[in-house]
Amino acid sequence: MKIYVCVKHVPDTAAKITIIANNQIDEKVTFIINPYDENAIEAAAGLKKQVADAEIVAVTLGKAAAESTLQSALAMGADRGLFVHSDYHPDSLVTARALKAAIELDGKPDIIFSGNESIDSEGFQTMFRLGAALKVPVASNVVAFKMEGRFVTVECKMDAGSIGVIRMPLPCIVGAGKALNKPRYPTLPDIMKARKKPIRTITLDSLDLDSPAGSMEVVELRPAFEKRRGKIIGGPPEKAVQELVELLRAEAKVI
Amino acid sequence: MQKIGLLIETNADGVKPALNGVITAARGPEHELYGLVFDGKGAAYTDELQDYGIHKIVNVQSAEGLLSWNPDNWARAIVQVMEQLGINILLGLTTSQTKDVFPRIAAILDAPLLLDCIGVDLETLTAEKSQYSGKTVATFKLRGAHYLFGIRPNVITAHPAPVTAEVLSLQAQIGDASLRVEAVKKDYAGTMDLSEAQIIIAGGRGMQNGENYRILHECADVLGAAVGASRVAVDAGWVPHSMQVGQTGTTVSPILYIACGISGSVQHFAGMKTSGVLVAINTDPQAAMMQHCDYGIVGDLFNIVPLLTRQLKTTLNPE
Ligand SMILES: Cc1cc2nc3c(=O)[nH]c(=O)nc-3n(C[C@H](O)[C@H](O)[C@H](O)COP(=O)(O)OP(=O)(O)OC[C@H]3O[C@@H](n4cnc5c(N)ncnc54)[C@H](O)[C@@H]3O)c2cc1C
Ligand SMILES: Nc1ncnc2c1ncn2[C@@H]1O[C@H](COP(=O)(O)O)[C@@H](O)[C@H]1O
Repeated sequence: MKIYVCVKHVPDTAAKITIIANNQIDEKVTFIINPYDENAIEAAAGLKKQVADAEIVAVTLGKAAAESTLQSALAMGADRGLFVHSDYHPDSLVTARALKAAIELDGKPDIIFSGNESIDSEGFQTMFRLGAALKVPVASNVVAFKMEGRFVTVECKMDAGSIGVIRMPLPCIVGAGKALNKPRYPTLPDIMKARKKPIRTITLDSLDLDSPAGSMEVVELRPAFEKRRGKIIGGPPEKAVQELVELLRAEAKVI
Repeated sequence: MQKIGLLIETNADGVKPALNGVITAARGPEHELYGLVFDGKGAAYTDELQDYGIHKIVNVQSAEGLLSWNPDNWARAIVQVMEQLGINILLGLTTSQTKDVFPRIAAILDAPLLLDCIGVDLETLTAEKSQYSGKTVATFKLRGAHYLFGIRPNVITAHPAPVTAEVLSLQAQIGDASLRVEAVKKDYAGTMDLSEAQIIIAGGRGMQNGENYRILHECADVLGAAVGASRVAVDAGWVPHSMQVGQTGTTVSPILYIACGISGSVQHFAGMKTSGVLVAINTDPQAAMMQHCDYGIVGDLFNIVPLLTRQLKTTLNPE
């Protein structure tokens, strides 16, 4: 069984973001594997234990530095890396086309895991576009996963505390939610072993993709300003609470 | 005439109130607004929808009748409706449902899609959204033959603009779905969805255990609020993940957010930064939440929250 896992190289959530050239960020900050993609790897590693002859291939599209995210994926249990090297960050229409082309060039997927979203661009969509390109079903925001024969049953988080139970045939794509599992912390031996695992590199240009019918472009990026009143209410608790309720009513007008 | 579709999400009380802001954003002098309804009750929503400017209410069905929840079927049905009616812009709230349906539509149409927008301009086809854990706001320019936008609930203020709506029905030809929805079950007792709540009261590590969330629920009941949590509370098993606000939880933008015993990490802020009014209750005046709030009370939440509940009762329900 061939298991592919899509992983993205993203700035650490705690990183200080500096905007350059009006629509990009300075990438000289710490980058990590997208947190949801860790759940995707963990799910793949869990599945590999259940089935005979499974191989996990971690695939990423990114600039040269993204190779370190493939290393993280290899340390967490992937067997091989597939690196689509690009010198810019394409939108998700192009990314999905590239991932499809790279995966098909590499092998025949039985199942693909992805994250539910990337925490930098928060697109919530790459896996659906990949699914449409490969003509396979997709379920996302998955919080439980089970495979029986050539069928997968997943539970997907919906609104207001509801869960949708979805059944789909292989091959398919499963978008991992945070509640799906607890990703492992790789040990030092895991990290050492990962360095010896193979990574195959393909350039985005060499994939010769057709051009999408649409595009999304960041034309401007600005820091998110917070204008808050910053009023700390002192005094005895009873009086402070009374004042707060009055402010919420008369000044802020929200209750 | 620009034809614009809106996915109308409903709950037991009718049209989701947060949709009115989305409808407000969709209006324009040359715009014709189509509200797409899946529960067959389009006629019953006429008053609510026409008040905000929906011109045509479309009951979307299949030849067999109502389309029960299946994101794949819904997406294909909406694509057909868009093609039949000549709709090339689709808007909705950013909810779990749109996150499951809109990307499928965008994938079929090979069209650009932005979810969780905090602003949208349909004349220039640009939209704004938070990126990098809420640290930046990006302006996107979309290009293509179709455009899809999901708007973060509560970020756009709704203004009524009444018109007279007409109700119609359309039948979509649904072939075989690529996946089957076997069941929809309840995960937890809550009925109010965090992302759409107008008011949220949330507790973090300061709550100490799951049991203590009772005092937040009591306050929430008075306010008509939903109860949220930080990741620490979720990881400790005090409350379910569906209550987590933040980077790896739910993104919310209520008009009032009350943070109790939450320090205000970057990742927590990522999920609630665009809230209207922010109240912090914390023993530590140096906590980031206190430094970035509208109103803060330095104190023990176990003391302050019950007092707040009592004060709200007397102020909101004077008898
Ligand atoms: C990749 C990644 C993703 C993450 N995603 C999220 C996410 O989605 N959501 C999220 O919340 N976090 C997330 N985190 C975790 C985040 O970094 C913080 O650890 C977390 O938000 C802290 O939760 P807290 O504020 O409840 O706890 P703490 O930071 O420990 O703060 C507790 C606060 O309670 C106060 N307090 C204690 N007792 C009382 C009392 N009796 N009365 C009043 N105040 C009291 C303290 O002064 C303190 O300020 C993520 C982290 C990472 C690395
Ligand atoms: N550049 C990329 N390389 C590999 N996988 C990606 C890339 N971008 C997105 N993905 C996958 O698609 C998921 C959703 O991303 P997004 O649509 O950006 O929110 C991520 O969690 C990844 O699994």
